[in-house]
Amino acid sequence: MSLAIATGTIRASREDLLMRAGVVAVVAILLLMVGLPLWALLAKGFEDADGRFVGLANYAAYFATPALFNSALNSFEVAAITTLVVVPLAFLYAYALTRTVLPLRWLFQGIALIPIFAPSLLPGLALIYLFGTQGFFKALVGGQIYGIKGIVIAQVFYCFPHAVLILTTALRTADARLYEAADALGASKLRVFFTVTLPGAKYGVVSAAMVVFTLVITDFGVAKVIGGNFNVLATDVYKQVIGQQNFSMGAVVGMVLLAPAALAFAVDRLVQRKQVALLTARAVPLEPRPKFARDAFFTLFCVIVSLFILAIIGMAAWGSLIKYWPYNLSLTWANYDFEKVDANGWDSLLNSIRMAVGAAIFGTALMFVGAWLTEKTRGFGAVRGLVQLLAFLPMAVPGLVLGLGYIFFFNARNNPLNFLYATMAILVINSVAHFYTVGHLTAATALKQIDPEFEAVSASLKVPVWRTFLRVTVPICLPAILDIAIYLFVNAMTTVSSVIFLYSPDTKLASVAALNIEEAGTTAAAAALCLVIVGISATVKGLHLLADRFLFDRLQRWRRR
Amino acid sequence: MSYLEVRNLTKCFGDFTALRDVSLDVAEGEFVCFLGPSGCGKTTLLRAIAGLEPQSSGTIRQKGRDVSSLPPAQRDFGIVFQSYALFPNLTVADNVGYGLASRRRKRAEIAARVTELLSLVGMPDAGVKYPAQLSGGQQQRVALARALATSPGLLLLDEPLSALDARVRVRLRHEIKTLQRRLGVTTIMVTHDQEEALTMADRIVVMNHGVIEQVGTPQDIYRAPATAFVADFVGAMNFLDGTLEAPDRVRIGSVSLACQAQDGLKQGAGVRLCIRPEDVRVRDLPVGAANRLTVKVKELDFVGAFCRASLEAGDIALMADFSSNLIRDLGVTMGGTLDVALPPDRLRIFAA
Repeated sequence: MSLAIATGTIRASREDLLMRAGVVAVVAILLLMVGLPLWALLAKGFEDADGRFVGLANYAAYFATPALFNSALNSFEVAAITTLVVVPLAFLYAYALTRTVLPLRWLFQGIALIPIFAPSLLPGLALIYLFGTQGFFKALVGGQIYGIKGIVIAQVFYCFPHAVLILTTALRTADARLYEAADALGASKLRVFFTVTLPGAKYGVVSAAMVVFTLVITDFGVAKVIGGNFNVLATDVYKQVIGQQNFSMGAVVGMVLLAPAALAFAVDRLVQRKQVALLTARAVPLEPRPKFARDAFFTLFCVIVSLFILAIIGMAAWGSLIKYWPYNLSLTWANYDFEKVDANGWDSLLNSIRMAVGAAIFGTALMFVGAWLTEKTRGFGAVRGLVQLLAFLPMAVPGLVLGLGYIFFFNARNNPLNFLYATMAILVINSVAHFYTVGHLTAATALKQIDPEFEAVSASLKVPVWRTFLRVTVPICLPAILDIAIYLFVNAMTTVSSVIFLYSPDTKLASVAALNIEEAGTTAAAAALCLVIVGISATVKGLHLLADRFLFDRLQRWRRR
Repeated sequence: MSYLEVRNLTKCFGDFTALRDVSLDVAEGEFVCFLGPSGCGKTTLLRAIAGLEPQSSGTIRQKGRDVSSLPPAQRDFGIVFQSYALFPNLTVADNVGYGLASRRRKRAEIAARVTELLSLVGMPDAGVKYPAQLSGGQQQRVALARALATSPGLLLLDEPLSALDARVRVRLRHEIKTLQRRLGVTTIMVTHDQEEALTMADRIVVMNHGVIEQVGTPQDIYRAPATAFVADFVGAMNFLDGTLEAPDRVRIGSVSLACQAQDGLKQGAGVRLCIRPEDVRVRDLPVGAANRLTVKVKELDFVGAFCRASLEAGDIALMADFSSNLIRDLGVTMGGTLDVALPPDRLRIFAA
């Protein structure tokens, strides 16, 4: 048998060919999931309502409409302010977690993560309770929480954990010897901070800023709930598509929304490329020593921030239990009877769980196998590069934009895949696509950490590569695989933006239901639904931590020395 | 016919040429070391032989079979890496039996073979442990047992000892060599440690910048280095720059030294003259000894078993190794003078 494809001068074995076929399959899947929907969206922007090509007419109309163009400026303003507030706060919080002796560190760490488990409209609801027209403290803000003020406060809550996670990682990787050297040279604390601490965390700070900026620009739930008349890009897309059924203009706004997100993403990648390993294998990890004044200050700081987070969650929880805000403050479970406010009742939660489980199972399998094929296939560089490119793309694409692309692509009459439209399957596919990048990167990082020679050893022992994959690679990467699954589950539970265009009456999701309920004016029930979502995702995460701690300790006995 | 024939092997990474037209023969049962500084191409050559790093051009024949274009799984070799590449989630026994399990052998048969191999590497009771519970040296032995389990015709060792501490390294050198001799398996080891190569190899292949500088027994390589690079890289060496004033005389500054007749070099050509520190003679100098010099002892560095002396005679600066006995017997002291001779048969001359 003559085999045309070869790595250099080495003939490809049957195994190599199978792996290459696998890589091609991953490319095809990613094209269907990400590439083609985005292409459909891009094309739609150049068409009129009847599908005729109109060139840049839609874009011209967009920039000629002040109301629309203003939204872009508004989005930018909100994102910039939120970034400027969140990053310093998160830096201090992360600094407290990693560089000071904090009592109950695990508790503060946990509290900072709570917002991740909530749909983004939850902080909006809580703020309405606190400062809305009927709010307890509306006097404090002059009754004008709707608008930019409300959006920024809610976004700070919503983005905080993401920034803390990135900055904690950046600050944790410190080499104690650098600090000892600085001490020995007699540098002042301030000088040490600016010459050692900050440069070490520099890339983390940029990364956190870019992530926060993108989150705010692309988020839809907060602005929808508490934006009032303050329009942003994300709400414009929704209004154009759902409100006015103007798909072409929706596509144009979507492309405009894509620009800043893509830009932030590009900046982040550029900066990350400059990042070199600060922590060599010989580094000595930094163990903070107690220092009273510093520790007291940071403890106080963490307490205040934690109280803010707990106040938001607590307010939503309390609001969901109150009979008739603010006139009858007696408690009731009535708001949790979702049948009364939504035709789907509790079913929307079941749908959410179904979608989240589906995304976790299929997504994890696809991401891990995809990353493995990309890492381990011999030769075939160009196609592997294509996988990497397609895997990175979703990070730069806002959920709303991707969702819109899905309408155009999967709802097209001539698409043989259009039977997927309005099914649970398309929601699962969309969620996997939306959160693909982080999962792929987690898998790729885990795979890079294991010895690159395992495959070479297997080949020399004549053991097929898939056998080593199942017997060695998967068990070693089990923690990372679970991380990916939980990440997908939690995000699928809370996402609003990417699925808002794709659900059907039968597959309505809890986060979307909460949004609709809120729209109909039943804030308490919306808050209740949000809290159930928080409860489910936090429980799953908690089980994951427990499993990690007790179950895998046994399964991964081999890690112990 | 040799067991392994490498012919005109070239490997390029973009603009960089890692191997340039390398040809080599390895006899059956031989222990060959690829020796050279990092980046010399020795690992690339080993990986090309394994099929892990396909060559850009050239052929490799193993036992008469052309394997040049075969993927690794279709070649016949066992390999041990510097990182050992043991599967951390499998026990030692499962690691060693990894290549046996897929060959549809009976369970009992595999277990027997695993036990045999573990005793062979001196770890009969380690089967139930996990790699993380073993020391570096033990892990290396397990990796060796795993590579030998399928009885490959060729054993490839990629810097197998360089991650270990000095004592373990010396012990394992001996063990691997003994094992190799007992099994008679053709072995190629890559190393940057000349001592390792000298003590273990039947033949050494010294490489630099992607080409083979010299192939020979350890004695050849040490005693008769073919190039200035080999002379410098293997063992300690004095280099003196001078000119060839007669076919058998080299002038260094104001001193003229006798050497063996040089055929390949023109008179008046610039040359580098080499002598090993231990070849500088001090005792029993005959009266009319050739190349006799009176030198000043500038430094005397204690190295343990011997002292390394820095000597100076006019334009000539030399290192010489003196045993403690010699220093005591001759009363060598720092700042003192001494008569030494540079035996002409120990001088090597290379074109500058």
